[in-house]
Amino acid sequence: MDPIVVVGASLGGLSALDALRTGGYDGDVVVLEAASGLPSDRPPLSKQVLAGTMDPDAARQPLAAKLEELRADVRWSTVVESFAASDLRLRLRNGEELQAAGVVVATGAAPRTLGGPNLAGVHVLRTLEDCLALRADLDVGPDRVVVVGAGFIGAEVAATCRELGLSVTLLEGAPAPMARVLPESVGSFVADLHRAHGVDVRLGVGVDGLVGADGRVSGVRLGDGTTIAAQVVVVGIGVAPSTGWLAGSGVPLGNGVTCDETCLAVPGVVAAGDVAEWFNPHFGERMRVEQWEHAIEQGAAAGRRLLAGDGPGEPFASVPWFWSDQYDRKFQMAGRPAATDEAHVFEGSFEEQRFVVAFRRGDRCTGVLGVNRPRHVVQSRMRLAESLAWEPIEALLS
Amino acid sequence: MKIVVNFDLCESNAVCMGVAPEVFEVRDDDFLYVLQEEPPEDLREQVTEAARRCPKQAITVED
Repeated sequence: MDPIVVVGASLGGLSALDALRTGGYDGDVVVLEAASGLPSDRPPLSKQVLAGTMDPDAARQPLAAKLEELRADVRWSTVVESFAASDLRLRLRNGEELQAAGVVVATGAAPRTLGGPNLAGVHVLRTLEDCLALRADLDVGPDRVVVVGAGFIGAEVAATCRELGLSVTLLEGAPAPMARVLPESVGSFVADLHRAHGVDVRLGVGVDGLVGADGRVSGVRLGDGTTIAAQVVVVGIGVAPSTGWLAGSGVPLGNGVTCDETCLAVPGVVAAGDVAEWFNPHFGERMRVEQWEHAIEQGAAAGRRLLAGDGPGEPFASVPWFWSDQYDRKFQMAGRPAATDEAHVFEGSFEEQRFVVAFRRGDRCTGVLGVNRPRHVVQSRMRLAESLAWEPIEALLS
Repeated sequence: MKIVVNFDLCESNAVCMGVAPEVFEVRDDDFLYVLQEEPPEDLREQVTEAARRCPKQAITVED
């Protein structure tokens, strides 16, 4: 019997493996991972590990300790070159071919970069190696760190750098941080929080390119022609799903791997985590979610879908949830709001830096974001899991 | 079954409360309270799921 092949050993892939075993699958499983070892747990990489308050070895994925008992043939430093969905055959970069009985696509995503020549001092943040390289540059004590992109990663890195006592400029092309996903009023709160902690926040600013000397970055040139001097630049402008190996495979690609509501892409092929775009029946829309818990949940759903074989499988309906720690503030969000949704503030205020914002679109609540309000966010999430109706959320938070 | 929370790791994300509200409660002071340190056996599945989903892996379920 051919093995089930899991491509990618991060949260989604290992969670799928776990679900296969939990679901009673006793056959062979091969896990292919491009990195030379188990990818670390990522949330601490922009926070505790970067700050030096957590040992890098402690940033372990939840299933790391259980990997042995999941009985998989895990192959490190193994890159898939190409794949054919019609017969489930994988060709590896080392020339080997692998026949699969089913495939879990969990290759994640890779950070977008600014392009241009490679300059020392310019960083992205995705892997433990990225984190340690950035950390080493911060240890030198740069006069200024410029963070390009005020999404959640950029904002966390800016906060960590400030806590290390470094001068920080945070650049964002949009009029407010997180403007792709949150209404501007909430983004403005984030900008104000960073300014209050001494970050030079510049919004609506385009980046023209990096300036360097002797192979090392010396500044960031802005769209208006001015240059900000910086010895370290962190680029946090989003990620692109890692689907290069699936080009021409017969697996439908759009914003990642295009899956149905059960996480199935084509017969025998499922996808999970950052790489997967699926139809979330709870919201009635297609989404690709780059979040920690989501990768675990969707990985499990994808594993179960493979086990359902030719049957219809279970829809994966979810209310996504994530957290972000910046300074002493804990942001948490449940749901999937859009920048154009109305933002209603409950349980506090922006001034107190402690509140819940519920996002409204017509008679629906599309999500809830809390700052230092974990209880309200989790209760809202439970209610949103039952229904996205606005009124019960309003009643809960009022 | 005994619940052990490593409060050095716990960040009050309250995920556990969403999964097993009869056992875990994050209150307005932002701290996690374990409502039942030795919950009845019929809560085992919920409690195990809560431990699994904890972003800090701060919850241990001892037999």
